[in-house]
Amino acid sequence: MQSPSRTLLIGGSLSAVLTAPVLAAAPATMDVTITIPRLKVAEYHRPYVAIWVEKAGAPAKTVAVWYDYDMKKNEGTKWLRDVRQWWRASGRTMTFPANGITGATRAPGAQKISFSRAQLGATAPGNYVLVIEAAREVGGRELLRIPFTWPAKAGPGGRAAGKSELGAVTVAFR
Amino acid sequence: MKKQIWGFAATVALAAMAAVPASAHRQWMLPSSTVLSGDDVWVTVDAAVSNDLFYFEHQPLRLDAVHAWAPDGSEVAIENKATGRYRSTFDVHLTQKGTYRIASVADMLMGSYELNGKTERLPRGTTAANLAERLPAGATNVQTAEANNRNEIFVTVGEPTTTLFKPTGKGIEMVPVTHPNDLFAGEAATFQFLLDGKPAADLPVTVIPGGIRYRDQLGQIDLKTDAEGKVAVTWPEPGMYWMNVTTPQTARGEGGEGGPPPASAAPQRRAGYVTTLEVMAP
Repeated sequence: MQSPSRTLLIGGSLSAVLTAPVLAAAPATMDVTITIPRLKVAEYHRPYVAIWVEKAGAPAKTVAVWYDYDMKKNEGTKWLRDVRQWWRASGRTMTFPANGITGATRAPGAQKISFSRAQLGATAPGNYVLVIEAAREVGGRELLRIPFTWPAKAGPGGRAAGKSELGAVTVAFR
Repeated sequence: MKKQIWGFAATVALAAMAAVPASAHRQWMLPSSTVLSGDDVWVTVDAAVSNDLFYFEHQPLRLDAVHAWAPDGSEVAIENKATGRYRSTFDVHLTQKGTYRIASVADMLMGSYELNGKTERLPRGTTAANLAERLPAGATNVQTAEANNRNEIFVTVGEPTTTLFKPTGKGIEMVPVTHPNDLFAGEAATFQFLLDGKPAADLPVTVIPGGIRYRDQLGQIDLKTDAEGKVAVTWPEPGMYWMNVTTPQTARGEGGEGGPPPASAAPQRRAGYVTTLEVMAP
């Protein structure tokens, strides 16, 4: 009973080795492309965007927050709580500006950001979820989730599409 | 026949009047936000006594007994106080990270005394401290019972803290199992209630969502604390909720239900607790 499946497994791993000569260079970087929609509204402000990683049984790990970080007296932090799921999951325990995490708000269009495996807190193999949440002043809020596993395969690694405050979000590994 | 009808109507009216103070005219404080971020944060609070939640349409809440405490336990100023015809308003400057408490606490004495063969009630505003000066000379058979009312709200900058939840041991107090500034629609939250510092079983708990004016059903949730004084609430919707906990009210008066108790009746120990809770959208 067991031998055929065993043979298959061996065959599978063999072919994987043969077709993946760069096995030693397993993906170490996640590239995320977040499309911020261009909105026809009378009063437009770039959204606050938080990106974090969830893993069952572990605290959420914030990897990037785009907000008005350069206002006088750090006033831009007043609206961080409006990114409300992130605020609960992680933001409220942090201090701002957060080194390597704080970033400027970004304009409409495709915005790229990359994270190392260590930055993602994904050093342990397993299942993770990348969460992207956007909240806009005098606008709405939207949240997208993209599951991923580590070790990851090189190439496209997931996508999600928002309806209001976020456009397409794609993940790729290299 | 007519006489009987009038008698019945009078009884109903009396019952209604007696019921009013207990069931209507809800006291509340409504903060502008309960979950805050930033380094230089203010919260502004409306405070009123009204039937509908949260609309000012009856009386302002008097601010004399309102105080605020920072997460480190220090008292902070109530600023920009104003009392209008229907509501009071004030601000609190939140300079620390963590959970603040804003509370109006009243510890009173209810009861009666006898003077020249007549039973008289203790005047309003009697406390343990001023009882001696309020009693007229020659008063005998003094009977008192404590009445403690606590109306408090919580607001949090950054991560919720629990440093301010050490019970004083007086009246009804809340001990969070779920933090009152970490509430989300669809989730269950558990709170423990203490009466005079001890877990209090079978206290009636009333939860009413705000926005009463624009709906037909009150949406009141009636609960009771369990043997450990705990109660679990599942929030049906995001929004502001009014929560009221009281000591059970036994049937009043000797002359049947509804009538005011005779002045000679032994005064009942009473305690009440009110808070306003913000439930976030998931």
